[in-house]
Amino acid sequence: MILPWLVLIPFIGGLLCWLAERHSSTLPRWLALLTMGLVLLISLWLWQQGDFQLAPGGGRDPTWELEFKHVWIERFGINLHLALDGLSLLMILLTGLLGVLSVLCSWQEIQQRVGFFHLNLMWILGGVIGVFLALDLFLFFFFWEMMLVPMYFLIALWGHSAADGKTSRINAATKFFIYTQASGLIMLVAILGLVFANFHSSGVLTFDYALLLQAKLDPAVEYTLMLGFFIAFAVKLPVVPLHSWLPDAHAQAPTAGSVDLAGILLKTAAYGLLRFGIPLFPNASAEFAPIAMGLGVLGIIYGALLAFAQTDIKRLIAYTSVSHMGFVLIGIYSGTQLALQGVVIQMLAHGLSAAALFILCGQLYERLHTRDLRLMGGLWGRLNYLPGVMLFFAAASLGLPGTGNFVGEFLILLGTFKVAPLVTVIATGGLVLASVYSLIMIQRAFYGPAKAEGALRGLGGRELAMMLGLIGLLLLLGVYPQPVLDTSAASMHGVQQWLAIAFSQLLSAR
Amino acid sequence: MDLTLHHFIALLPLLVTSATAVLVMLGIAWRRSHTQSFVLSVIGLNLALLSLLPALQVAPLQVTTLLVVDRFACFYMALILVATLACLTLAHAYLGEKQGKGYPGNREELYLLMLLAAAGGLVLVSAQHLASLFIGLELLSLPTYGLVAYAFFNKRSLEAGLKYMVLSAAGSAFLLFGMALLYADAGSLSFAAIGTILAPAAQPGPLVQLGMALMLVALAFKLSLVPFHLWTPDVYEGAPAPVAAFLATASKVAVFAVLLRLFQLSPAAASPALQGLLTVIAVASILFGNLLALLQSNLKRLLGYSSIAHFGYLLVALIASEGLAVEAVGVYLVTYLLTILGAFGVVTLMSTPYSGRDCDALYEYRGLFWRRPYLTAVLTVMMLSLAGIPLTAGFIGKFYIITVGVQAELWWLLGALVIGSAIGVFYYLRVMVTLFMVEPNLRRHDAPFNWGQRAGGIMLLLVALLAFVLGVYPQPLLDLVLNAGLVQ
Repeated sequence: MILPWLVLIPFIGGLLCWLAERHSSTLPRWLALLTMGLVLLISLWLWQQGDFQLAPGGGRDPTWELEFKHVWIERFGINLHLALDGLSLLMILLTGLLGVLSVLCSWQEIQQRVGFFHLNLMWILGGVIGVFLALDLFLFFFFWEMMLVPMYFLIALWGHSAADGKTSRINAATKFFIYTQASGLIMLVAILGLVFANFHSSGVLTFDYALLLQAKLDPAVEYTLMLGFFIAFAVKLPVVPLHSWLPDAHAQAPTAGSVDLAGILLKTAAYGLLRFGIPLFPNASAEFAPIAMGLGVLGIIYGALLAFAQTDIKRLIAYTSVSHMGFVLIGIYSGTQLALQGVVIQMLAHGLSAAALFILCGQLYERLHTRDLRLMGGLWGRLNYLPGVMLFFAAASLGLPGTGNFVGEFLILLGTFKVAPLVTVIATGGLVLASVYSLIMIQRAFYGPAKAEGALRGLGGRELAMMLGLIGLLLLLGVYPQPVLDTSAASMHGVQQWLAIAFSQLLSAR
Repeated sequence: MDLTLHHFIALLPLLVTSATAVLVMLGIAWRRSHTQSFVLSVIGLNLALLSLLPALQVAPLQVTTLLVVDRFACFYMALILVATLACLTLAHAYLGEKQGKGYPGNREELYLLMLLAAAGGLVLVSAQHLASLFIGLELLSLPTYGLVAYAFFNKRSLEAGLKYMVLSAAGSAFLLFGMALLYADAGSLSFAAIGTILAPAAQPGPLVQLGMALMLVALAFKLSLVPFHLWTPDVYEGAPAPVAAFLATASKVAVFAVLLRLFQLSPAAASPALQGLLTVIAVASILFGNLLALLQSNLKRLLGYSSIAHFGYLLVALIASEGLAVEAVGVYLVTYLLTILGAFGVVTLMSTPYSGRDCDALYEYRGLFWRRPYLTAVLTVMMLSLAGIPLTAGFIGKFYIITVGVQAELWWLLGALVIGSAIGVFYYLRVMVTLFMVEPNLRRHDAPFNWGQRAGGIMLLLVALLAFVLGVYPQPLLDLVLNAGLVQ
């Protein structure tokens, strides 16, 4: 019964936040903090007491650490089916942590309609947790679409419009919504296609993951359906030709929105690929792998180059996300245990470092009222702590050893080298570009001649505590990633099995 | 054919509704009273709704060659009665309860006209014969002209009424001509007989095809499908808000139900040429409806265009016409009905009591959330439901339509549906975000403070709650619709 509560707590907490607004404007903040703290505590407790040897895998019936199943819509064989394995637990842990952070970082920034803001924030997080737990394809789609609406409100109502007036926050929010909604519908068509293909061969109408894993599919059908899923995930990840919503949404979103977007929402796509995209269509995925890796490389280079050219600091970080997610895509489709484990670390590390960078941007904006790098410069001497902290996260973002990002990227590249050396070589070049854009960001913002005189307000206790916590976690992930690796080992091994079987079949067919 | 007690029981909903209309008319002749007409109509419609229970006991039953009362008919009768009831309560609030405030003209006839139109709808959904189809359609349409032009001293309302009448009459002419052509070939006017007579011929003759096409034109006009949609935005805008709600719900549901029955019983519809025609109409409706809605700054017009698109989606199920199609139409119509009633309900309450023009410009809704949070929540749920986002009934409807499309492998239509939905999201979101924006200084209209405690408000909250509950737990609805299938 703990799993449905994990999903329900944010939803209930959000409603309470809304109702609490009429009493006081700080009460919703505390309620939201309490809600996310509870989620975090529950997931920590689950982590501590589980052993996570159970996970689904290729060639056998899926097994789970924890499972919850209840009939929902009988007509279509749809169940409220939630289950937890190591991968979903780590993702929920990240969600809980970033949830707490996004409440904390809005403490000063959001002063209007506080209750409604936290309602939206909590509902996004609830939807995301649902995505990470859902095992019924209908339920998965349900949560997948549901988290869009509060995110839309978050950007449209509390966002910032660009200074040049070219993109307003409402346009950015709408663009985000339309991209994800349209691609989501394509996924729904693919889900239904899969369900009916399974119905024709087995005579059972079901949306259940375990049963659909055994669906017998014609190769052409499998490939088409796989593409349907891939497009939805590719928009969210984002993969390069479909990424153009991301910079706009990030630049316009409030800090908490950016933290959630970069930290968690992008990870739902990677999670979707690992949980559904590959296991449901292993053969088609194996066939598609070279293209996907090509797209990943393209994303790494393209994202890095565009990041370099940005003058808006949030857009810059948004493009670095595109670049980092390219590594994730390569790792997923390489199909080796090492690279897949690297993907998990990379997701967690990028979640932490991107969230931290966006929070820092928010803090800079609170002090300078601009995000334009051309108007910054020389801030090192005018600000306490902040530049140093930012330097650390920029270094993490470029993959400095000792941080989690290094472990993630290194494992991905090492694991991929065996199967696709060329891809690995080019992707490694992306690391050089990463150092260029990270250092350029620091250089433009904090060094050079100062644009104005006078010291600015340094980091407060709340802000510094958040940052130190994140630094600690990122270092911990960098020097001792073993507990995380142990947790996700079984899940990643399962994915690896699916792909390994498919790759060997593909080889023998040639 | 002798009429027995059973036949009368089967016809009870129709009889009660008609009797109520007569009673209300006599009541008006005796003493004009707004409350009296309203109470009489509501009691009558509720009785009609209750009389569906005994009618279900004797169903399915043929009542003369014209009508058949089966579970399908009963289901749609219930929908029409509920929609009419909702529109009546909205109209009561809209016209104004006290004399001297609100609508300046005679208020009582609105109920009479709506009851008559509802009776037409009831005939239409139980029609199994082209003659009863025509009678039902006319009985539904003629009072509607009066309803649309009910605020006749308002230029827009009168214009809308006239426009609707002229175009509707042209539609009826098409319908009659089509029927004549069909009769010329088949020699019968009954749906089932047309089906059996034409069944041996592998390819229906040109006369039949032309006849069906002409009938389709007439019905497409009523359903405002592209290219017969031109009246829709103007009429929606001009008609008083509760009337527009009636037009969008009860009237369209009845017409679609009879279209579905005709297509299911007469295989002449299955000819490839006609299927092609329907596909083109569906794609055009989805795309044009959504694209034109993008440009609207008037909420009623926007809903008009969106209804064009929604009936385009419904055509997908009609074209599939196999598997889950009948069920999908039922589910979709229920969700659509709830949603549109909710949306027009909010517009009505905002324009309550009547004061010359409806509150339908989008800017009048700016910042509504900060003044009337619950009313805004209702409209937000309705917009999400129209866009087909999870947690609302609209999602279940759209899910069903896509399911049917996938099952029948109608990839082109599905493509149009996906594109149309993506475009649709844009304007539904625009409405939604307007509700939450910062308040402007000037404001003209607002719902009364105690809107939630009146009949119209309570009805609206119930509709919103239902739209949410059905979105989360649709199983009861699916069971109901499954039992209301067509038996051939």
